[in-house]
Amino acid sequence: MTDEATGRTAPATAGPAPATAGPAPASPAGRPRVSHPGGLKVLFKLTWIELKLFLREPTTIVFTFAFPVVLMFVLGEVFGNQPGGSNERVFAGTGAMNYYAPAYIAVVAMSVGVIMLPARLTDYRSGGVLRRFRASLVPIWAVLGSQVLAALVLGVIGSVLVAAFAAIFYSVHFPDSLALLAAGFVLCSAAFAAIGTLLGAVMPSPRAAQGAGLMLFFVMLFLSGASVPMEVMSNTMVKIGDFLPLTYGVDLLQAAWSGGTWDWTAAIVLIGIAIVAGFLSLRVYRWG
Amino acid sequence: MPPVITVEHLRKVYSHHVVAVDDVSFEVEKGEIFGLLGSNGAGKTTTVECVQGLRTPTGGTVRVLGKDPVHHAGDLRGRMGCQLQESRLPDHMKVWEALDLFAALAPGIVEWQTLLEQWGLAEKRNASFANLSGGQRQRLFIALALVSSPEVVFLDEMTTGLDPAARRIAWDLIEKIRDRGTTVVLVTHFMDEAERLCDRVAVVDKGRVIAADTPRGLVVRYDPLEQVVFTCEMPEIAWLNDVPGARSVTRRGPRVVVEGTGPLLAHVGAALVQRDLACEDLRVIEPSLEDVFLTLTGHLVED
Repeated sequence: MTDEATGRTAPATAGPAPATAGPAPASPAGRPRVSHPGGLKVLFKLTWIELKLFLREPTTIVFTFAFPVVLMFVLGEVFGNQPGGSNERVFAGTGAMNYYAPAYIAVVAMSVGVIMLPARLTDYRSGGVLRRFRASLVPIWAVLGSQVLAALVLGVIGSVLVAAFAAIFYSVHFPDSLALLAAGFVLCSAAFAAIGTLLGAVMPSPRAAQGAGLMLFFVMLFLSGASVPMEVMSNTMVKIGDFLPLTYGVDLLQAAWSGGTWDWTAAIVLIGIAIVAGFLSLRVYRWG
Repeated sequence: MPPVITVEHLRKVYSHHVVAVDDVSFEVEKGEIFGLLGSNGAGKTTTVECVQGLRTPTGGTVRVLGKDPVHHAGDLRGRMGCQLQESRLPDHMKVWEALDLFAALAPGIVEWQTLLEQWGLAEKRNASFANLSGGQRQRLFIALALVSSPEVVFLDEMTTGLDPAARRIAWDLIEKIRDRGTTVVLVTHFMDEAERLCDRVAVVDKGRVIAADTPRGLVVRYDPLEQVVFTCEMPEIAWLNDVPGARSVTRRGPRVVVEGTGPLLAHVGAALVQRDLACEDLRVIEPSLEDVFLTLTGHLVED
């Protein structure tokens, strides 16, 4: 039987909760009311549970936490962190690991966004978890919000791991502007979370989502300057890279880390991605 | 007192013009166990999903506790509890985490620890959802349905997949839910379950309610014949046709079956005593809901 669930998500109705339970006036314009006394409590509980669920799944831990550190190790052993010499014209004039540390923070944000989120969201949708949540009137903004919050927390942990590893073993310098780096990281995470949510909304099954996520992950990993520096990429590679969100994430975080500047072009592209993908996913995401 | 649920001319058409629910009307009173009885595909589940606000009806009106479940979902949060067919929790979510999460949806503090005990899940509180058996998952879902102390609970085919012993336990538990004042809507295709539990039953067939009454009322109205059965060696049985109320007399091996109305058992017994016939295991078989269902729909429920 063709299934037609009622719930298109309505981003406009998400928001803080009124203080009272029981009968309350209908919301303006007759929109379904989704806020209620337990809304934020449920959001935080769900986020906490999501974080625990993440820790119980070895594959995601490997991709999010171990893989970037392993790649950093390989790059560090190959290129070291001494500026100049053969590295002079390659790593923007700085040490290789000074170049890679911020780039891999962007990679962590991407990995959480395009690998973890779509797999989780499609699984919930196709497997009946969303049905279960919805039947108990768990607000959908709490379901999606908890995923994004959990992704942000995991991204922070993964980034700290990458940065600490680079600092301890390859003496990477301290970020020139920690504030801009943090702001850039949040923006980067938001853009990739929006992409991941959109993938989770359009992919039919967890397997499809995982396949698409992994493909995006590796294409971006190699063509956005995060692994192969822009300076040694062919024109074609650079042109492809111009269309990849990670390129802008890498630019933004590298500018903040080395130089302490804010790359407005990159920031605007990422804000655009976050808004467009976020809006589309909220339009498309349906209850199971 | 206004009814807890009012459904008037509910209609639900899916895409491709599949009519799941054609025209369904019923009311559920406070404190009763109301059964939606029908074969698979009759439209029961779609009906309750519309009542729960999970689907938007194509036509008709639905009111739960006076509210429209689709447009005033927020007002009903915590006041309705549902145990769903074909739903799941994340594999690695633990039993206590699920209860704690769903308890957070209800206003006020909820003592979900007692639910763990009541539903035999105390030993499984740290088990992952993926590691629960079918029966344990069912009980967890019922506990989740009850965690917000709802005024009305929907149970959809909840004993499907349970072994007979677990079914009996589930039945007792459903009666306990009703006894604490919660209205129960029970969706089932098991006749014995509906007969045993329901205060009132709506028989659903091909997207319509074809009869609604107490199980006893349905039997009296649609299939009033009862059977008196006994074991007797006598060769001649035709005289039993003259017993008041008897409609037919048949022999099935060593057993004689008299079908008819009225206090048939007393009349047959008296006639046997009069003739001085010693008969073993004289008893009455009352018509069941299953017979009514067959009479009403003309097909077996498993069809």
